[in-house]
Amino acid sequence: MADNATTPSPSVGPDDQPSARVQTLDRVVIRFAGDSGDGMQVAGARFTAASATFGNDLATLPSFPAEIRAPAGTLPGVSSFQVQIADFDILTAGDAPDCLVAMNPAALKKNLPDLKPGGTVIVNTEAFDERNLAKAGYETNPLEDGSLQSYRLIQVPMESLTKEAVKDTGVSGRDVLRSKNFFALGLLAWLFNRPTEPTIEWCEQKFKNKPEVAAANIAAFKAGYNFGITTDATRVTFEVKPATLPPGTYTNVTGNIALAWGLIAAAQAADLPLFYGTYPITPASDILHELSRHRNFGVKTFQAEDEIAAIGSTIGAAFAGNLAVTGSSGPGIALKSEAISLAFMTELPLVVVNVQRAGPSTGMPTKPEQSDLLFSLYGRHGESPVPVLAIASPSDAFDAAIEAARIALKYMTPVILLSDNHIANGSEPWRLPDVDELPDISVPFATVPNSEKGFLPYLRDFETFSRPWAIPGTPGLEHRIGGLEKEANTGNVSYDPDNHQLMTDSRAWKVATIANDIPPVEVDQAGDEPGDLLILGWGSTFGAIKAAVRRARNAGHAVDHAHLRYLNPFPANLGEVLRRYERILIPELNSGHLLRLVRAEFLIPAIGLNKIAGEPFRIAEIEARIDEILGEPAQVAARR
Amino acid sequence: MTVTHTRADFQTDQEVRWCPGCGDYTILASVQNFLASLNRPREQFVFVSGIGCSSRFPYYMNTYGIHSIHGRAPAVATGIALTRPDLSVWVITGDGDALSIGGNHLIHAMRRNVNLKILLFNNQIYGLTKGQYSPTSEPGKRTKSSPHGSIDHPFNPISLALGAEATFVARTLDMDREHTTEILQAAYEHEGTAFIEIYQNCNVFNDKAFIQLTGKEERVHNRINLEAGKPITFGPNGEKAVVLEGGEAKIVDTAAVDPGRILVHDPTRSDPTVAFALSRLSHGPYGPTPLGIFRKVRRPTYESLLDHQVATAIAKQGPGDLATLIRSHGTWTVDANGHAVEAGANGAPKAGSNGAG
Repeated sequence: MADNATTPSPSVGPDDQPSARVQTLDRVVIRFAGDSGDGMQVAGARFTAASATFGNDLATLPSFPAEIRAPAGTLPGVSSFQVQIADFDILTAGDAPDCLVAMNPAALKKNLPDLKPGGTVIVNTEAFDERNLAKAGYETNPLEDGSLQSYRLIQVPMESLTKEAVKDTGVSGRDVLRSKNFFALGLLAWLFNRPTEPTIEWCEQKFKNKPEVAAANIAAFKAGYNFGITTDATRVTFEVKPATLPPGTYTNVTGNIALAWGLIAAAQAADLPLFYGTYPITPASDILHELSRHRNFGVKTFQAEDEIAAIGSTIGAAFAGNLAVTGSSGPGIALKSEAISLAFMTELPLVVVNVQRAGPSTGMPTKPEQSDLLFSLYGRHGESPVPVLAIASPSDAFDAAIEAARIALKYMTPVILLSDNHIANGSEPWRLPDVDELPDISVPFATVPNSEKGFLPYLRDFETFSRPWAIPGTPGLEHRIGGLEKEANTGNVSYDPDNHQLMTDSRAWKVATIANDIPPVEVDQAGDEPGDLLILGWGSTFGAIKAAVRRARNAGHAVDHAHLRYLNPFPANLGEVLRRYERILIPELNSGHLLRLVRAEFLIPAIGLNKIAGEPFRIAEIEARIDEILGEPAQVAARR
Repeated sequence: MTVTHTRADFQTDQEVRWCPGCGDYTILASVQNFLASLNRPREQFVFVSGIGCSSRFPYYMNTYGIHSIHGRAPAVATGIALTRPDLSVWVITGDGDALSIGGNHLIHAMRRNVNLKILLFNNQIYGLTKGQYSPTSEPGKRTKSSPHGSIDHPFNPISLALGAEATFVARTLDMDREHTTEILQAAYEHEGTAFIEIYQNCNVFNDKAFIQLTGKEERVHNRINLEAGKPITFGPNGEKAVVLEGGEAKIVDTAAVDPGRILVHDPTRSDPTVAFALSRLSHGPYGPTPLGIFRKVRRPTYESLLDHQVATAIAKQGPGDLATLIRSHGTWTVDANGHAVEAGANGAPKAGSNGAG
């Protein structure tokens, strides 16, 4: 199944069919857009949930303003949730929506440019009054001035219909109109033939302590659905059949949740208590929120007074014998820089999660970017290389967290684990692993002196170059560590020149040799021989690259794809793999960080595709670059 | 488990490298002697320090220890204390480390009441960087970095600790080992953050800063010993007394007041107001200065509350089960033909959170 399968837009087909007709699509992209207070994230999440239980493959992309409640009705206040559902394994939330729900003029104005030509627009007509039109910057009403003629426009007086629907449920005042997102959801459930039970059950359970709210949401949802049945404009509906996926049990998961669960799993796999010291920051806070709910796993979360205290406490917890993790985003990681050097110098195991966001400085806190890669590798004083790993997709965060912990513990080193806002808040179905099959990543504590001279805290393991982990409370192994340079083996303070060279080399060597303990990079190769172009990626660009590669192959290009989990050290075979290709394209949501690393490390003239717009790549952008490099394939006509 | 220790058991093989005559030597001896007296296994002690002369302390203690980074010792120690309530965790810091670069961590450790024993060596100068004024240096002080005199208003560390609602606040002197030991004992027995300001002489960059309290002639006139349950009087024959007047603590002639008006020291008052008033009697060791325990009150430690939450969650929900956790957002099953056959528990993806950082 391919991502370039023909996708008729829902606008195809006349509206004046005599009776309801179902048209089958292989995939559809829907975007819910409204004010931050309009409940669009909830509506999107519910549509996603119903589709997940129906068996579609899916991917989501929420987008919301940094302000909690930006002024109502304005462009900056628009919040949206995009979901792609498909009957095959899709890789992204889609480039452009087929269907847009716009709860007010601002939502329409901001999102209409993304809509596919001829796409469906569902508007809440009652929000299109003079005041809201002015706030959105419309001089004339787009519902009346003909500017939407090329779209399939479905006009719905959602507010009065919602009011009517909920009038006997007991809600009053502001709560009445709060249910209008469920009206919109109901209408979409009809339009896209979604099962209704999951949403109704969810309302009953979610609001079991507020039965009137549950009743109102369900009433509005049903009213929306029935409105669809009885309205000519929605006589043609669409269905997306369930996808064929590998057998197993699935759940839909966001990157932040999968990461939190991965950390809990890592602690179990390491047989250690989990300590998470952190300070709230967008978009990493959900990891704290999730972990703090699970005290019954023995998880200790600590909301510190600042970013430095967050990692300071984590270093203390590591010394004391925990799986110690801190998490933040770029600005917070910058504050932690000195402490990461301390963890590196003291050689304590630590996982540092960086959920990247658009920078520099405060930047765009709710938007994704990959611009902290070089910072992760080099953003510390002194010679302090640390392992750096990157997560490729929301569900991948689970395994990546375990792997980061494994490396930290085995090599007694801080490890930076890179996520980003796209992974953190995006979601996808995840085939659940068998938790009894988790790898054993436990590392025994030192319990007895390791030399005739007593305990030597910096006597290195012959194989891993790692030092022993002796935790307080262990008799006979009392020792002191710190940021001052230490004498090899004894750990005593030393200013000896040869010793500093030796220790610097040893620490670097320890990290470099991890290359031999990680899987070689694998190439997703189009044919038996290396293709004409290798696309090398890392992190959240995985889905967009993979989808673009599929399209390019279908168009006749010989394009291969490799995706890096390990950014430091690189897999041992990376140089050899890269040298198989004449052309290497590295798409990144930064100004070319991996590109620089690859050029510097392997002296290879790779080229970049770089975007720093606070949004993920569109598949078409990568596809266009492939065409640019390899030339328009002959099959292009057949494809489009 | 009890063991028998001598001071030597707490000494390391490392050469102590403070300047000869430094007050730190005396404090080190007091602490080593005190720990030896506890008959507690030494592996149960952890000393955490920041940066500065005093922060070399852990290297000389034959216990577990971390010499961390400037100002961050309370944060590092918090991570140890929260996860290992079985240990006795000590923070060694100085006036620059604790009150300048690390001020934030100090106040938050105290408000949380983490079970840390914080020894602040106050020498009113930056020693390790060779003689700049510190956050406790007196106004007008001429140093390398203040040739025209310091224009920084100094912190009163005791007032600061009381303002942060520390549950144990005390002051002692490096030279007075007996008094130091008494305070260490009380701090050790206290459950929660114990903050001890130790006046410590830097004989190289700020010699005799505490002469009013240590000099043979001067000390008898200037030491106000705070003793629980006793009226606060001082002077060679107790001729000076402390009274409360309009909410302020004042020094008066004992003979001039009704004995009933003399303030009886009670460090266990839950309200820190009177302790704060006492802390305002001096703004540095320049005249009559209270020494002893200003405040000692009970409040649950942070780690006991955290452990209680863990225990309660396990009691209520049972020990965490990973397989259940990863199914908690709803599941569906795909059969061997690749088709969804069964929807699991209701619910599913959560929307991303909102808000900026």
